[in-house]
Amino acid sequence: MCLAVPGRILSIAEADGTVMADVDFGGVHKGVCLQYVPDAAIGDYVVVHVGFAIQRLDEKSAQDTLANFERLGILEEEFGDGFSRAAKQAGAES
Amino acid sequence: MKYLDEFSDPDLAGHLVEAIHAATTRPWAMMEVCGGQTHSIIRHGIDQLLPEGVEMIHGPGCPVCVTPLEIIDKALAIAAEPGVIFCSFGDMLRVPGSSQDLFVIKSAGADVRVVYSPLDALAIARENPDKQVVFFGIGFETTAPANAMTVYQAKRLGVPNFSLLVSHVLVPPAMAAIMESPRCRVQAFLAAGHVCSVMGTAEYPPLAEKYQVPIVVTGFEPLDILEGIRQTIIQLESGQHELANAYPRAVRAEGNPAAIAMLQDVFEVTDRTWRGIGMIPKSGWRLSERYAAFDAERRFDVAGIRTEESAICRSGEVLQGLIKPNECAAFGKQCTPRNPLGATMVSSEGACAAYHAYRRLDLVSS
Ligand code: SF4
Repeated sequence: MCLAVPGRILSIAEADGTVMADVDFGGVHKGVCLQYVPDAAIGDYVVVHVGFAIQRLDEKSAQDTLANFERLGILEEEFGDGFSRAAKQAGAES
Repeated sequence: MKYLDEFSDPDLAGHLVEAIHAATTRPWAMMEVCGGQTHSIIRHGIDQLLPEGVEMIHGPGCPVCVTPLEIIDKALAIAAEPGVIFCSFGDMLRVPGSSQDLFVIKSAGADVRVVYSPLDALAIARENPDKQVVFFGIGFETTAPANAMTVYQAKRLGVPNFSLLVSHVLVPPAMAAIMESPRCRVQAFLAAGHVCSVMGTAEYPPLAEKYQVPIVVTGFEPLDILEGIRQTIIQLESGQHELANAYPRAVRAEGNPAAIAMLQDVFEVTDRTWRGIGMIPKSGWRLSERYAAFDAERRFDVAGIRTEESAICRSGEVLQGLIKPNECAAFGKQCTPRNPLGATMVSSEGACAAYHAYRRLDLVSS
């Protein structure tokens, strides 16, 4: 849960007075709040934690990290279904 | 070096490991503060790549693990009330309370929902005006800006049926508490990268000076951790004790000013009990008076809850780096991810869970 994942801003729109973006995390798209990185623009990479961008990141290191996370299955862990994961833990001995 | 081929760049990893070996002349013990770093170290066997005598002590930086039992029991009591939709990050579902966990409560019929972001919980509140929607706001400084913005929005948009059960914890006071302990063996810290992305690095030079320890801001990927260890060893070997930033691509000295301003508006510093560790003065945030109307502890009558911790679990010692998980007699026996006795066996950032998942199973049967 402390994980922060880099993603690329696809589009920016205002919702209820808040700057929100559609962000691509290696194929997974999520709505992300941009209020804390007011200078971020479409095409920029940002570090996202629980739906909030907390810093900008350069493209190369963002892509390296994403490739790494994908290889290790971390994206699935972060964006997968948290409830079924807990159910699996409760029922299936690892 | 059997693990090196699993690194994203094995050559670079090899160079960093060589540099660490070349620089090391003595035994050293350093603590990685963040649970994400602990997970990475165990998963990739980084501790086994280090020179003989260089020890990684696993720190208390797993927010799920240190959330106090009393707050877990309050969460369970609130979630079980009729008319409540209780929203949480998925990691909290199996954290043991005194007698149950959120997963069990949900199976018994409570409306417990896993959300990706606290803003999802606010949206649920707006869609269900006849229900009380509570979000379980835990975490370190990395997560706090998300929860702060959500409460700010709830107030600004006027969402009266939303509230936050808050138990935020702060990293620098915990580092100070670890150094003050008479049993402390820590000689240096790898500081938590994303905490510093938010807060910046200004809080650390005074700690480095007071306790004469190098503090190196470090990321979470294996190569980042090796670089953090390399910089730490170089400082230790030359008798330095300074703040260094080994994660500059995501951490600026000033942190994130917009997030810090929001945190100062929404939260105020409070004493906080850390599960397994005890009370650490001024080590947490609670909602400030301006947002008291959105405080779930005030909205629901949950005072007077009685807690009972497992008598067997030694997670407090694990969290302070005093024992390794496999030194606990219950590890892998009475205590497994399926039947966790302590929170450190639940979260993927918890040291017990990481040891159990990755390669310390051989130690269980021996
Ligand atoms: S192995 Fe289980 S019982 Fe032992 S310290 Fe870890 S969580 Fe507690």
